[in-house]
Amino acid sequence: MSGRIPLAIEATGLVKSFGATRAVDGVDLAVRSGSVYGALGPNGAGKTTTVRMLATLLRPDAGSARVLGHDIVDEADAVRSLVSLTGQLASVDEDLTGRENLILIGRLLGLKRAAAKARATELLEAFGIAEAAGRLVKNYSGGMRRRLDIAASIVVTPELMFLDEPTTGLDPRSRNQVWDIIRSLRASGTTILLCTQYLDEADQLADGIAVIDHGKVIAEGTPGQLKASVGSGALHVRLLDPDQRPEAERILARELGSVHLEPDPAALSSGCADADRGAEAVAELSRSGVGIADFSLGQPTLDEVFLALTGHPAEEQEPEDELETQEQAA
Amino acid sequence: MNTIPATQPVPVRASEEGALRKALASTPRPPRASALSAALTFGWRGMLKVKHVPEQLLDVTITPVMFVLMFTYLFGGAIAGSPGAYLDYILPGILVMSVLFTTVYSGVALNTDVTKGVVDRFRSLPIWRPAPLVGALLGDSVRYLVAGTVITGLGVALGYRPGAGLPGVLAAMALVIVFAFGLSWVFTTLGLLMRSPSAVMNAGFMGIFPVTFLSNVFVEPETLPSGLEAFVEVNPISILADASRGLMEGNASGTDIGIVLASAAALTAVFAPLTTYLYRTRS
Repeated sequence: MSGRIPLAIEATGLVKSFGATRAVDGVDLAVRSGSVYGALGPNGAGKTTTVRMLATLLRPDAGSARVLGHDIVDEADAVRSLVSLTGQLASVDEDLTGRENLILIGRLLGLKRAAAKARATELLEAFGIAEAAGRLVKNYSGGMRRRLDIAASIVVTPELMFLDEPTTGLDPRSRNQVWDIIRSLRASGTTILLCTQYLDEADQLADGIAVIDHGKVIAEGTPGQLKASVGSGALHVRLLDPDQRPEAERILARELGSVHLEPDPAALSSGCADADRGAEAVAELSRSGVGIADFSLGQPTLDEVFLALTGHPAEEQEPEDELETQEQAA
Repeated sequence: MNTIPATQPVPVRASEEGALRKALASTPRPPRASALSAALTFGWRGMLKVKHVPEQLLDVTITPVMFVLMFTYLFGGAIAGSPGAYLDYILPGILVMSVLFTTVYSGVALNTDVTKGVVDRFRSLPIWRPAPLVGALLGDSVRYLVAGTVITGLGVALGYRPGAGLPGVLAAMALVIVFAFGLSWVFTTLGLLMRSPSAVMNAGFMGIFPVTFLSNVFVEPETLPSGLEAFVEVNPISILADASRGLMEGNASGTDIGIVLASAAALTAVFAPLTTYLYRTRS
């Protein structure tokens, strides 16, 4: 009414516990229609649980959310008819062929037999899996399976799509293919909530990002704002001789300020926003006789974002699917 | 990775990109699938699995075939005087057993779907909620039919001649399948409660095995100790076996058939809603 862009997702105070663990601990989200929104966080941060609540697969313990204007609990069926979910475990049937999977979903969504077949053929071609259409999905590579999974999610174009870690475990080429698909989806007007562990991925694709840790949103903003908040980059240096690290640490501290010692005994990094100053620091190391194996000046990693935002690294926590298995058994 | 053909081109070709854009162009949303059509689609899915993995049919047929051969020739003489006489008694019983054993696989299949993640997609679709369950059981009925046909065919080959002929056999098979439909809801419930497909399989057989043996499938209850005999007399599987024998011989008791149908209805009334509830609320 007020002329502002409508929200596709509006969540307030979502909470979900599994036993004693609060997997999601009061998450608020506001996702604009037509945007790609990234939920960024390490394993076990609560991203998957949040998405499963928004996709009506899980009932929140507290809080509420509206997806495309419909309450996720009271109007779950209306939500289901407008969204689609591509889960972390590629949700396709391994014992069927790729084509059969797509026909199955088409029929379930109400397409007539001929229309479901035609749509399957169209999607198989568009996603580059036409050649494997008649093969059982259990023989697909990870990338093909992912693409089939996404194809299954758009048999009937959804208004909102949940993509839960669509590129985890994929090789770079398959990852690029999935990224292209996500960009095309966005261009066609679909709103996307993208869960990812990779800052790079959120940076490439998302218009807005929420950083999630321990079930809470700890930072929110555009990729630019987020990176600015942690310093826009870092200089990574690996030495030829680990014994020279103390000296390198001293020089980098003088040139760039903060220094972070990596787990690799020959590696260290410094926050560094300015490429010229980074180059100068490397030159200074070299002049002081510190042997450099390689160096790079790049974006902060998720680890660095976490370090900056929370003071602790994005360490491996208890993975969410383990939590869910426990829940199943309970 | 070994399955990607080496010739597959790098990222998305220009032609593919056009196809991608076209495929993504918003398609009108079709009217929602009816409950029946959704369930039948899941039944079709079950058929496809049998087509792709026919080995699973061997599982459910080889065991009963072994039982027929073993019991008829090993124990037939001792129990009924001759293998031929025993075959007449035991064949309808083994028909019941083989179909009921197959019901455990309904739970195993559902658990497999849950652990593989495909259930998440089904649950996020706007369909009649019990459709995946009902449809899978409809598909399983075809498997029951195969198991029943193999056993009856084997019996006929070994010299079994049902008094009521083919119509009797078909009626008996229909009755067994209706009961199996009711019983399989017990195993789908189990399938949603247990952690892995093999756990469902073990627990399922641990239940169905003794219950089947403690019936009149293999021996006349009069030969049993009185406490056991009392149990065997009221075991619905005994009544089902009696009704099947009756239908195959042409002297079925209406009461038996009524009890079997009522048991199937009761199992469905209790375990179908329970399965649906667990399916709907599982996390």
